[in-house]
Amino acid sequence: MARDLAHLSDEAVVALVARSDETALAELYDRFGRVAYGLALRMLRDPSLAEDAVQEGFLAVWRNAARFVPERAKASTWILTLVHRRAVDLVRREERRRADSLELAPEPATGPADESAWLRLERERVQNALKQLPDPQREALELAYYGGFTQSELAERLGQPLGTIKSRMFTGLVRLREILGEAEEVAWSH
Amino acid sequence: MESLSLHDLTAAYALDALEPDEAREYEEHLATCASCQEDLARLSGAAGALAFAVESPAPPPDLRQRILDAAVGERENVVPLRTRWTLAAKVAVAAAACLAVGFGVWAATLSRSLDRERSAREQADQALAIISDPTATRTALSGGTGSLIVTQGGAAALIVARLDRAPSGKTYEAWVIENGKPQRAGTFAGGGEISVLRLERPVPKGAQVAVTIERKPGADVPSGRMVLRAKPV
Repeated sequence: MARDLAHLSDEAVVALVARSDETALAELYDRFGRVAYGLALRMLRDPSLAEDAVQEGFLAVWRNAARFVPERAKASTWILTLVHRRAVDLVRREERRRADSLELAPEPATGPADESAWLRLERERVQNALKQLPDPQREALELAYYGGFTQSELAERLGQPLGTIKSRMFTGLVRLREILGEAEEVAWSH
Repeated sequence: MESLSLHDLTAAYALDALEPDEAREYEEHLATCASCQEDLARLSGAAGALAFAVESPAPPPDLRQRILDAAVGERENVVPLRTRWTLAAKVAVAAAACLAVGFGVWAATLSRSLDRERSAREQADQALAIISDPTATRTALSGGTGSLIVTQGGAAALIVARLDRAPSGKTYEAWVIENGKPQRAGTFAGGGEISVLRLERPVPKGAQVAVTIERKPGADVPSGRMVLRAKPV
């Protein structure tokens, strides 16, 4: 029988998944399946491969929920990390990175019509944060995260020393976190 | 020096931008480095936010049900974790699922045998990650009951049931054999209901894994009798 889990935090729902509760897994899918699919599709550019990545990612959530440590990560981060990892495996295996040239044009801010307001706001928020990064940092983050390139491949592709790539990724992530955190503080102070 | 260079892999790890062997090395380091754990927690939050920056078209409607069906199908093969299980017990359950034989008293046996070893907890943790990786391939062992599990990144674990304890002064030693060249991949004592060994080196495509009996503390080249073998396809 379906239960209403809407009032539970993401972390509480993961705890239910750890007890093999499939309605809780369905709830997590309803919350993050769409973002996960969008991410996988952006990386793999193939709907059926993207579905595979999402399915494998959510099955990893199902199997590993008991190992989730709420003190160490938000549940949403953890779930999307598992999906991202599958998508990276697939993108590397399929060699899709080399077949497609990866365009780095920013995504348009207007999304699909049926998308929730929350997702649209979240996308605008992260896109705006990305725009505030210096180009080399943003490029390193985008090629690594969406392109599935390893740091060594990036160094070669961009003609930069490995140390430079490492420091762009590190500084880029730290800065992104600061910008997103500032935005959050502003939102909460209202 | 070594740990310094591992520290600055944190950002790349958070972005999944390491080669498989680098990622494995980093994970081993991470298990014992509190400052990397802290950095990683901060950086992966930012990396995870990148997922929200892309457009999210609706996934096909049947994907939800397919995932739920697959999850429920898996549960029927594995005992649900009713209480907070010890790591060793989880390894035992996962290993039992791999071996497709019954389990029960194994958890206690394995827990005791794991406690004896110094780095047992990390070993077990890493073995569990490999065993429970849904995309890993499993190959039956010849020469005994058990499986070789290899992740897509090449990380591997051996699970062997009911292997006699190695004779006094001797040890079981695992080898990864690539192009006919064996390289050492860890030792274990055997005995008990189940032995789990997380291999110390990756198993590349086309390589085989073998287990021989060697004089303690293990040899650089195999000279003893081969007792187990697995060739992943």
